[in-house]
Amino acid sequence: MHSNAYTIGFALAVCVTCSVILALTAGGLKPMIEKNERFDIHRNILKALELYSADSGMSPDAVESLYDERIEGFVVAQSGTIVPGKTPADIESDNGQSYLPVFARMDHGTVTGYCIPISGMGLWSTLYGYLALQADGETVMGITFYKHGETPGLGGEIEAEWFTSNFVGKKIFDDEGNLTSITVAKGAISKDVPPGKRIHMVDGISGATMTGNGINTFLKADLEKYAPFLKAVRNGQSPILQGA
Amino acid sequence: MAMMSKKTRKTITDPMWDNNPISLQVLGICSALAVTVKMDTAFVMSLAVIFVLTLSNTIVSLIRNFIPSKIRILVMLSVIATLVILTDQILKAVVFDISKQLSVFVGLIITNCIILGRAEAFAMGNPPRKAFLDGLGNGLGYAWILMAVAFFRELFGAGKIFGFQIIPEAFYSMGYENNGIMVLAPGAFLLLGIIIWVQRAISGKVEE
Repeated sequence: MHSNAYTIGFALAVCVTCSVILALTAGGLKPMIEKNERFDIHRNILKALELYSADSGMSPDAVESLYDERIEGFVVAQSGTIVPGKTPADIESDNGQSYLPVFARMDHGTVTGYCIPISGMGLWSTLYGYLALQADGETVMGITFYKHGETPGLGGEIEAEWFTSNFVGKKIFDDEGNLTSITVAKGAISKDVPPGKRIHMVDGISGATMTGNGINTFLKADLEKYAPFLKAVRNGQSPILQGA
Repeated sequence: MAMMSKKTRKTITDPMWDNNPISLQVLGICSALAVTVKMDTAFVMSLAVIFVLTLSNTIVSLIRNFIPSKIRILVMLSVIATLVILTDQILKAVVFDISKQLSVFVGLIITNCIILGRAEAFAMGNPPRKAFLDGLGNGLGYAWILMAVAFFRELFGAGKIFGFQIIPEAFYSMGYENNGIMVLAPGAFLLLGIIIWVQRAISGKVEE
């Protein structure tokens, strides 16, 4: 039988050894992991803006150069005006409080789409994704979710093609220019929703109502933050061109 | 193999068939259901488990005479948790896409009963070399069941093997459809049940 002092000493030794090993690997692998995460984010921005598809088999380097070529990042203030000289990288720590990042898709010098980050609670976890709008500032070009901890097969279906493709072509403003956001319905919209409202709604995921409700809440909140900017875009004032 | 004694060989072959951790001891079922939709995730998961199991068995066995018995489970868990976090970090750095698909399940290797079970039942009472072989054997026993389940799930669920289309387009145009249940957890349950049934029928194992 070992003494208590020995037991405590042994436990301490195990703890110290384990933490040193973990600290060293975490530190050593950090650059590689961060590179992968950055690549994943860039890939998702491109995907939302219809420049990348998962089966294209594009190499990470090709994705990065496409991103550098076609994506123009800029920053808007809460009021909807562009903050000159700032890029999304400058405001990473700001957490979207006073400045908002926008990623624009460029086609031969003109903006053909705007992509904004979206995030909020689903059922079990915080979901992270991107929503892209066409140059009119109201029609959805694409949506992606790249990080979440929802149940695979239920809430995890938000990543699936059938779910995200439902958003394409939907509108976030009504005819009068009021923000409606996009609502995940319960069940299929072709059955339960009158035709006039379908343009602001998408099919829900059966078994994942709570995840859908989460999306509804944070999508609306995020779009409200961007509403002044998006309204300006919708009214034909293409702010990025004035900036550039 | 010739240089191994019969007993040593048994240490490694036993868990492959006669005493398989999944089909005989029915351990590690959670991950067997979760990561077997596709062969490549099952493969990486298998490698991760073999890595963790072999090393945890070896390490626990190396320090077995120094571990105070009062805190032995805690010590084993610390060793296992360290190895699992290590694996998770390496996967994130090297095969990012697959580590995303495996998501929480790599972290859950910590709670995989096979690993703690082998540490407590075998590594605590056997020298490092045998513990190493026992870990390897159990890891391989886990791996082949996982790969077998994933093979049938991917083949019938998506018509592919390791992501390559196996079932020709002509079949689909003739009205063949992928089997939806194979993609969901119940498909894994059914397959696992069948594998256990067939395996026990051959090995003649009877539940007492």
